Amino acid sequence: MAVTRFCVRTYEQDLRIFPSLAARISLIIFGLVLLGLPFFVGKYVVFVACVCGVSVISALGLNILTGYTGLISLGHAAFMGIGAYTAAILSSKAGFPFVAALPLAGLMAAAIGAVVGVPTLRLKGLYLVVTTLAFQFITEHVIYHWESLTLSDRGIILPSPALLGYKLDTYESFYYVILFFAVAAAMFTKNLAMSRTGRAFVAVRDRDIAAEIIGIHLAKYKILAFVISSFIAGLAGALYAYLMGLIGPDHFTFNQSILYIAMIIVGGLGTVFGSVIGAVFMVLLPEVISAVTGPIASAYPTFSPRVGAISVIVYGLVIIGFLLFEPDGLFGIWIKIKRYWKPWPFTY
Amino acid sequence: MGFQILIQLIITGLAWGSIYACIALGFVLIFKSTDIFNFAQPELMMFGAYIAFTLITTLKLPFVLGFFCALILMVLIGSLLEMMVVRPMIGEPVLAVIMVTLGLANVLRGLTGLFWGYEELQFPSPFPEEPLIIFGAAINQAEIYTILATAILLVIFFLFFKYSGAGISMRATAEDTRTAFLMGINVKGVFTASWAIASLVATIAGVFLASFTFLEPIMGHVGLKALPAIILGGLDSVHGAIIGGLIIGVTENLAGFYLEDYLGSGINEITAYVIVLIVMMIRPYGLFGTKEIERV
Repeated sequence: MAVTRFCVRTYEQDLRIFPSLAARISLIIFGLVLLGLPFFVGKYVVFVACVCGVSVISALGLNILTGYTGLISLGHAAFMGIGAYTAAILSSKAGFPFVAALPLAGLMAAAIGAVVGVPTLRLKGLYLVVTTLAFQFITEHVIYHWESLTLSDRGIILPSPALLGYKLDTYESFYYVILFFAVAAAMFTKNLAMSRTGRAFVAVRDRDIAAEIIGIHLAKYKILAFVISSFIAGLAGALYAYLMGLIGPDHFTFNQSILYIAMIIVGGLGTVFGSVIGAVFMVLLPEVISAVTGPIASAYPTFSPRVGAISVIVYGLVIIGFLLFEPDGLFGIWIKIKRYWKPWPFTY
Repeated sequence: MGFQILIQLIITGLAWGSIYACIALGFVLIFKSTDIFNFAQPELMMFGAYIAFTLITTLKLPFVLGFFCALILMVLIGSLLEMMVVRPMIGEPVLAVIMVTLGLANVLRGLTGLFWGYEELQFPSPFPEEPLIIFGAAINQAEIYTILATAILLVIFFLFFKYSGAGISMRATAEDTRTAFLMGINVKGVFTASWAIASLVATIAGVFLASFTFLEPIMGHVGLKALPAIILGGLDSVHGAIIGGLIIGVTENLAGFYLEDYLGSGINEITAYVIVLIVMMIRPYGLFGTKEIERV
């Protein structure tokens, strides 16, 4: 499952966040492109970039839980939903400002994450999967049926966020907020993975009983993984709510939860780079599909309600294809390409 | 009056419970023999029901013939899926296995949407429309037939596993795959057979479910409720799955009627999941499951 890094000679080298000069330079270029993006592209592309950013944040959160700690959750969208609804209710009903609603949304999700995390002390594998599945459906149900609080399927309209007196009411301005949080989440995850906590997570994933024997407090680290992951998910959910301006129950369904797991699998489990490109890949996939199927739908209007099914099929095929042929995901492909070119032109 | 309603609720609950039991049976069969948890089982049920629908309405086959053709087709599809998609995943980590079957579920759901659309379809029910009066309670006849058919099916399976050679080799493989292989049992054949049987049972469940509800792609969510049933019954217990299914079906019907005033409408949709959470807290290995002892 794990993808090994290139060989290192010293601990300093191993502890570096960005292993090589080339990596740093390409990251800087990538960062500049991201910063300049809203000046060169249209509104819709910026909006898609925002959705990508939110998905990246959320996928990073899930990767901490599933990729690093090995606890499988089919309820990640529910945590996002809790964050989104907390932000929406606080800002629309109680008039909380953006800067206050955002961390509170994360904390709310984290608190519920801690509660959901408790059963993991006894359960793992399939049992945990079914528990989180039950959590997902119960959350969906509560969101849908607690009408006095969530307005059910009419959804809640959020006021446009403001930061330090500036109104962030365009996609372009909110893009930078999301970009900031996405970078922060990526840096946090990368650092976490290299810390004592992150290594403890990996030990729990690889063999939890053995980890306990070498002195890792299982209960603490399993619940911590849930708390961190759901905090990030709650944050992502709140950002998503502010981005959309209107949220309803069907944004946080079981299928969304599967989508997030698909993101980290397609990207590569237990890697930051993997979560980022996996999330971007899975968000852009329906855009590409609809670019292809859009003309078909407009040519045959009677067929158009069924066109959505094509993207469902493609999703399924992508998941199956990656698991069967490239279990390390896009990150694995990237490593293979690098390995191939490293001794070039000598092939051995 | 209260008594009639109770009978009505329990019989409807048993009918739904039989559906859950059939799907749960498929889950457990596949899980026991291959250690793969098949999240596509509800979608197999849905797909089978749609195929039966097409054979009966579009090709104008008589109901029984169409039903049997659908069964045969689904057995073929199930076996093919096992050979092509699932077999490479045997022995992989839990996450990979689950995601492959979830991917499969997506593909099946998408295909259903593509071929048949997302509207509700009226399944041609072969059962008489007028309700049957038992102790003054009006019971939908399709529900009675569902319960009877499931009971017969379960007896057949019981005999199959107990006495037939194929059934015994399936039990042996479930007990200990490696030893079964060494004893000369065709383990690959058993894997395929478990998928074939699971698709068969799922199709039967789908056709019966569709005959007292509608045919729609959302049927898969109904099938997912078989998961609580198997957790309740114990992951590796066939009779546990059946009893679990029946308990879940009856409880959610009763809860839907009696608790609605207190907990709001639609409470029956999540009763199963609440039950599963309680079971997880008290007895994670279920009513009849074996307690796992893990060694490093």
